[in-house]
Amino acid sequence: MSAPRLSLRDVAVRLGPRAVLGGASLDVAPGEIVGLLGRNGAGKTTLLRVAAGALRPDAGRVLLDGASLDALDRRARARAVALVPQDTQVPFPFSVAEIVLMGRAPHLGPLGFEGAHDLAVARAAMERMGIAALADRSILELSGGERQLAIVARALAQEPRLLLLDEPTAFLDLRHRLEVLSVVRERAAAGASALVVSHDLGVAARFCDRVALLAGGRVLAVGRPAEVLRPEPLRAAYGIDADVFAGPDGVPVVVPRAVVPDGSAL
Amino acid sequence: MKVLRPARLVAVSAALAALLAASIAAGLAWGPSAVSPREAFGVLFDRDAAGPAADIVRRIRLPRVAIGALVGAALSVAGVVFQALLRNPLADPFVLGISGGAALGGVAVLSLGASLGLGAGAVPIAAFAGAIAATALLFTAAGARGRLVATTLLLTGVVFNAFASAAIVFLASLGGMAEGTSIFLWLIGNLGAARAELLAPLAGLFALGLACALPYARALDLLALGDETASHLGVAVERAKRLLLLATALMVGAAVSVSGLIGFVGLIVPHALRLVLGPDHRLLLPASALAGAAFLVLCDTAARSVLPGRELPVGAITALAGGPLFLLLLRRQQRRGLVA
Repeated sequence: MSAPRLSLRDVAVRLGPRAVLGGASLDVAPGEIVGLLGRNGAGKTTLLRVAAGALRPDAGRVLLDGASLDALDRRARARAVALVPQDTQVPFPFSVAEIVLMGRAPHLGPLGFEGAHDLAVARAAMERMGIAALADRSILELSGGERQLAIVARALAQEPRLLLLDEPTAFLDLRHRLEVLSVVRERAAAGASALVVSHDLGVAARFCDRVALLAGGRVLAVGRPAEVLRPEPLRAAYGIDADVFAGPDGVPVVVPRAVVPDGSAL
Repeated sequence: MKVLRPARLVAVSAALAALLAASIAAGLAWGPSAVSPREAFGVLFDRDAAGPAADIVRRIRLPRVAIGALVGAALSVAGVVFQALLRNPLADPFVLGISGGAALGGVAVLSLGASLGLGAGAVPIAAFAGAIAATALLFTAAGARGRLVATTLLLTGVVFNAFASAAIVFLASLGGMAEGTSIFLWLIGNLGAARAELLAPLAGLFALGLACALPYARALDLLALGDETASHLGVAVERAKRLLLLATALMVGAAVSVSGLIGFVGLIVPHALRLVLGPDHRLLLPASALAGAAFLVLCDTAARSVLPGRELPVGAITALAGGPLFLLLLRRQQRRGLVA
């Protein structure tokens, strides 16, 4: 069996006095989409930053295709791993095309100018996200949703082997949500892997090959959506009671019912 | 889709270089003395020319124009870099307190120099020492936890500028009327004290700063989107920020040391160029150097020529000319819907 695309092993991170991650382990196989679920503050974003190499863990190892992430130089890492943050604030009126083209930065030669291939990749990414018509518009004039589509297009333009998405669809309507995730599915079919943080259990159940429940800085449960999205693990991870139904095609449907009083969750 | 191509970089640079050449010609041709433009160009291209006209053009106008160009370029490039690093289009070269340090050093000599036996020649040296001290302080205070964060940098700069202002008021109140006037002139910024021997160190420091900053032009685009995003796109964020800050500190320190606090150039030139050319720093950095140089040379030519028999501080002209020009640009862009 080949090495996992991403392997997080016993990752521990302290931010200030708080232990955000306390020995979290998770593998993502090539071509696989893994959903990262859990409450606010469970450590999802931190785990994503560790996977992106933006944050060095205090303990544990991060392997990309079997090799330590630290061993890659920055630009090689940026060609291999792309991250879509929750929201991006841009202070200057860059056009959408300029923003997407920044995804080519780690691919540029010493002169720092994009070639015909870079332009073609950026154009294809914009077309795939349905924002080609916005190419020359200032990013400052777009709606939050359109801006997020541009940021996803930038990540696609990086042509990464591993896509990390931090609630990429939080500002998107249902149609755009499905579009973004079907693009991720397409990239996975082409061999890339994805780790997706989401609060949308419905979308996670539909699009992820596996989901991981994160609570208190550890991975509480990981497996196929139908195995993990059950009342007991959800109660432990989210502190809620939920009804879970099997959808017509076997995809679990989670309907939250009530908050479990603090202290009785675990 | 419209994105920066090398041909556009070359075309814009060539156009701005032509503008700079024209401003330099204007700066050499006009001045308070009775040397006509024709005479001025005559002695400039005649090696054997001698006499008062040749002296005025070669020993007074030429160094002053060259220093004006370098100061304008340095302040504009510093403005571009600070605006990107601080992710704030309102940042200017003076916002981080480097200028406050320089001003404190300069004013200390202007105010107390006579009693310490220091002449006006010591002003630029003391000012540059002040700029370096302020930069060191900035790195120590804002970079204490191994990372330079924009808000901490800004706060440190604001506090240091306020401290420097208070100290300057104190120093100014110690001096007499004559010292007061020279301190006022220095704080508003003028090129009247620009002497030929300052040209070489200024040019050297500017060239060094620019050589450090230019390779980071693309990194500035990415840093403008935030440290985290820049890091994900392959920028060595902390190294880039430190190097860029150091490079701009050298440029600002050198510029302020020879000319005092010439305001507005470093704010308006980057801003106006961004409105016209877009925010890509691969174009914005070289364009700011050329346009900033041209702008300050033109303003200084006006400062020397508009009032017969006396000279205005160029810092007053930059604000007088730059303010309305800038509002005009902003309005035009608003009408075209390019800015909010």
